[in-house]
Amino acid sequence: MRTTFIQTLIAQAQQDPSIFLLCGDLGYSVLEPFAAAFPERFLNVGIAEQNMVGLAAGLSLEGYTVFCYSIGNFPTLRAMEQIRYDVAYHDANVKIIAVGGGYAYGPLSTSHHTTEELGMLRTIPGMVVTAPGDPAEVEAMTAFISQHRGPCYMRLNKAGEPRLHAQPPALTLGGIVPVRAVDGATAAVFATGDMVGYAARELEQRAARVDLYSFPFVNPIDTAQLAALAARYSDIATLEEHQANAGFGSAVLERLHDLLSEGALARLPAVRRIAIPNAFISSAGSQDFLRDRMGLRLDGWPPLNPDTPTRVQT
Amino acid sequence: MTENTTELARRIRLQCLHMCHSKRASHLGGAFSVADVLAVLYGGLLTADPAQPKAPQRDRLFYSKGHACTALYAVLAETGYYDKAELDTFTDNGSYFTSHVNHKVPGVELSTGSLGHALPVAAGVALAGKRRAAPWHTYVIVSDGELDEGSNWEAILFAPHHSLDNLTLVVDYNKIQSFGSTAEVLNLDPLADKFKAFGWETLEVDGHDHAQLAAALAKHGRSAGKPRVVIAHTVKGKGVSFMEHQLAWHYKSPDAAQFAAARAELLQDSIGTPA
Repeated sequence: MRTTFIQTLIAQAQQDPSIFLLCGDLGYSVLEPFAAAFPERFLNVGIAEQNMVGLAAGLSLEGYTVFCYSIGNFPTLRAMEQIRYDVAYHDANVKIIAVGGGYAYGPLSTSHHTTEELGMLRTIPGMVVTAPGDPAEVEAMTAFISQHRGPCYMRLNKAGEPRLHAQPPALTLGGIVPVRAVDGATAAVFATGDMVGYAARELEQRAARVDLYSFPFVNPIDTAQLAALAARYSDIATLEEHQANAGFGSAVLERLHDLLSEGALARLPAVRRIAIPNAFISSAGSQDFLRDRMGLRLDGWPPLNPDTPTRVQT
Repeated sequence: MTENTTELARRIRLQCLHMCHSKRASHLGGAFSVADVLAVLYGGLLTADPAQPKAPQRDRLFYSKGHACTALYAVLAETGYYDKAELDTFTDNGSYFTSHVNHKVPGVELSTGSLGHALPVAAGVALAGKRRAAPWHTYVIVSDGELDEGSNWEAILFAPHHSLDNLTLVVDYNKIQSFGSTAEVLNLDPLADKFKAFGWETLEVDGHDHAQLAAALAKHGRSAGKPRVVIAHTVKGKGVSFMEHQLAWHYKSPDAAQFAAARAELLQDSIGTPA
């Protein structure tokens, strides 16, 4: 994902002389081609993320489209007030890019587990919060946020993720991207970020009669598209590598209940929210190990008998 | 210029006093301490056109002391960015004149109020100016207490490393922060030595002496390749005898008697020191 990101950003920067890239002393063996191609529009600001985001706001006030690149929590949680106040409140054209979403840096421990930022960022007014599901979506999303005026966040996984789409999907703001469609399916998985890849492999292996949608946008979510999907399926699982509180599944539930209360939906589907159970994990482990341990799996879903109550996610 | 800026400083203080009295607002002490710095900058030193507050060739001023907003709102009114009567809406329901600085007000570059934000943003603006060889200059005014914020020191390290000689930082060093003196709460001294060690061209001035301020804030005659810091030694509550050096005037708003007494002093005295 990170390689696709930088290649796409280079292509965008060739067309758009306003694109400027800052990094917080991270991006070794990733960012060098951009720095070589556009030395006057690249800067490693050092290990100082609050300053990086402030600088980005300042550069954007002068007309630059500024990308800030670092790992997980550092350009997000560490600089949350700068993102809220300097960037979002001033509608600055700043794009925060975090590599290592979820447990991508599993063995590196909790400092590097990026499992709260989607929820925190989506509460900030005007913030576009994204987590593309494969390299093709990263390509589409990098181009999209380069051209979308205003504050954006993009969560990347790491490297080597398999492609799910032959071509980069066409993106509209908040748009939902179909990944798998099976005739007669009454259940669907809504996934975001790298969990889309897991879900695609799992459903394929099981030959499950379940559709799959990628939500590259966690905020906003296109409510017309969501309403249409909610009307089509009786069972939906949301799947994210993020704490359950305030995450992607919460965002889906909020929108669904709004649609119901507004009369845009006649009924709600049964929604199983699969997310990290609001807990830290202190042991080392690969991304897959940690996902297993924290229950980020579709095991036992969808229920064989729709009348059987689904297990409550804690 | 100094004659005019002294009078401008007096009008800023009178306006701040009026706003804090009529709207029961706080932070008068810090507004009075910085009034002379603002008067010298807006009284002729800044390249600025109040009719075109976003003109590309303007000097950029970032006012990080968002809590001492009355002084900035007052100087912008006094120099023609908007009608002084608009300040009557200060803190009213629906007014853009919030009691921390609001960028919706003409002439304000950045909303501030959470401390330690403006200097990094201004460094980004100065960096853009350097990359484009722009002729304009970037000024930042910070309070002394907000130098407790680590984000400032990230930018203080950054600016000399990237040779931002188009950036001038003014520290309103009135030596009182919100819960005590800076010496008691978190000592900044030796402040000038810290900036020198970080690679800044470091000047110390009497922050109420307009000639010293004008010389220190000038854009010419600077050390190439270095940002400049002007440590302005000031007095919290400057200009009103019973407010000077008093922590309480970080919070209090003057009652009718205090308002009358303060107003009389401000009208009587020449507060700033002209050349």
